[in-house]
Amino acid sequence: MPLLEITDMTVAYGRIEALHGVTLHVDDGELVTLIGANGAGKTTTMRAVSGIRPLSSGSIVFDGQDITRMKAHVRVAEGIVQAPEGRGVFAGMTVMENLEMGCYARTFASRAEHDATVDRVFELFPRLAERRTQLGGTMSGGEQQMLAIGRALMARPRVLLLDEPSMGLAPMIIQQIFRIVSEINAQGTTVLLVEQNAQQALSRSDRAYVLETGSVVRTGPGKELLADPAIKDAYLGVA
Amino acid sequence: MSTDAPTGSRTGTPTSTPTGRRPHGGVGDALRLWWDALARPTQWALGVPFILLVALLPVLQIPVLTTVGTSFGAVLAQFGMYALIAIGLNVVVGQAGLLDLGYIGFYAIGAYTVAILTSPASPWNQMGVDGWLSQDWAWLAALPVAVAVTAVSGLVLGSPTLRLRGDYLAIVTLGFGEIVRLLADNLDEVTGGGRGLAQVAYPRLGESDANPNGVFSAGSGSGVLTSGVWWYWTSLVLIVVVLLLVGNLERSRVGRSWVAIREDEDAAEIMGVPTFRFKLWAFVIGASIGGMSGALYAGQVQFVSPTNFNVINSVLFLCAVVLGGQGNKLGVILGAFLIVYLPNFFLGRTEILGLPIDGTRIAELRYLFFGIALMVLMIFRPQGLLPVRQKLLAYGRTLYLAARRASTQPVVKEGS
Repeated sequence: MPLLEITDMTVAYGRIEALHGVTLHVDDGELVTLIGANGAGKTTTMRAVSGIRPLSSGSIVFDGQDITRMKAHVRVAEGIVQAPEGRGVFAGMTVMENLEMGCYARTFASRAEHDATVDRVFELFPRLAERRTQLGGTMSGGEQQMLAIGRALMARPRVLLLDEPSMGLAPMIIQQIFRIVSEINAQGTTVLLVEQNAQQALSRSDRAYVLETGSVVRTGPGKELLADPAIKDAYLGVA
Repeated sequence: MSTDAPTGSRTGTPTSTPTGRRPHGGVGDALRLWWDALARPTQWALGVPFILLVALLPVLQIPVLTTVGTSFGAVLAQFGMYALIAIGLNVVVGQAGLLDLGYIGFYAIGAYTVAILTSPASPWNQMGVDGWLSQDWAWLAALPVAVAVTAVSGLVLGSPTLRLRGDYLAIVTLGFGEIVRLLADNLDEVTGGGRGLAQVAYPRLGESDANPNGVFSAGSGSGVLTSGVWWYWTSLVLIVVVLLLVGNLERSRVGRSWVAIREDEDAAEIMGVPTFRFKLWAFVIGASIGGMSGALYAGQVQFVSPTNFNVINSVLFLCAVVLGGQGNKLGVILGAFLIVYLPNFFLGRTEILGLPIDGTRIAELRYLFFGIALMVLMIFRPQGLLPVRQKLLAYGRTLYLAARRASTQPVVKEGS
């Protein structure tokens, strides 16, 4: 049984339908990528899974439980945690305060468990440890992205939703972020990744979905899609 | 504030530090750091005499400070009410970041609740023989009723409107303020319409030959100890109580949620913050503090009428909050003081430092000057006179202690 199962999901902004019946699933432990051009509905999908955007029809089932109507903040406690597009870092809070916000919905059995979670985030992102008293808003784009992912990890997600973590970052930093995403996945966290950087994303994911104007048009293992000439042509920018 | 190895940022300008840590070095920051590092008992030992000094301001009659056109006590009484309003509005605007342009509505509801319960002109007057309010304690008994009624009105207004954001919320609240005023103006049977409600109850205390109606009655007292001074003291007590309550809330999980909502509502929601519930809390708490201030107003003036609750006053309240520094409780109190005191300072003054001025004219043009002051402030100090430094529950005082320790140690070069 998949951990996250989205069936025939339709989402509309007013009268404009952004997703026309998207069906996809993420199995426990997988790294699944959603690729697609601008306006394909990738971010809308993420917002709907997080619960910030209501569904017009269709359903979302998480771990056997129908969460279609569940409030966003309750989903966090259930284990669906997102590092949003554009990072959503609290600009006026320090790195440490941002991380503390990350575990807002989580109760720790002990102080040690809390500290261990912080340590784990700092291990993945040593940069954050150096800057723990810096204000979120004053950090570089790459650092903010690290903070957004680190903050999401504080909640101990069962499925981590990453919305375009490579957006607006230098190639070097993108490499680094993707390496860490793989590492997080390897450590046992299920990841649903939305990306425009198809090359990097596909080569690292177990499976992928291709989204085109609000519908899934292709799906398959990441490596397979990477080798597909049509995908190459459309998303990888190689002739 | 830094908990770990200090960086050189205390000396340089904020922008010149590569790491961009929170800027240190201002007088305000130094003062704040010093204060926050003090032990709680020490804070009380210094705070109580300071509050007493502030309380004695109208009695001390400090030469230049004292107003000439109106009684200084009355000015300070008005300041007390505005300070309460600013603290309440600060919870909504400064803490939770919800722009409320109709806050005057809550002030009006608080004032009218007391007036309707105690004015002989009201059909629901409870001061009569078969009423449940005693003659002497009517005002004090009506105060919690006013607070409760405004809290409920905050809930009623907030439940549907807090799903809106930003500009839309501002417009709806603006409408609410007007609706309250227009209702007061048109519900003749209950509110007395444009005539208003007179002879509102006030505390009957200290009755004597000189003050047959007690020290709280309008026009009582002579010399420095006017009724305004007594109202000022009453409001100071309420301010201290409210500050303690709001301060504790801010340091709690509730305050943390407010800051997150203010910074980024969507991000807060996907961190697991029930944003709607906490926005509603901010609204209700803000409203009840506004209602408390309205109750003070009704008692002091002993008369309420719709014209006192114009939109312009709503803007003036917001002006106090923005001027003083959104999110900073002491800042907004300072803002309230300036808003109330400055026009009264000029009122009736004919010279300042030997220069002849038309003080009354200046006071009349106060909206012009506040407008100019706000524009200048927005350009040079957009965060307000006393800006906020948010500290979260996770650290509290330990963080400030650590920051102080760090500043006395040699500067360690940061590896990056």
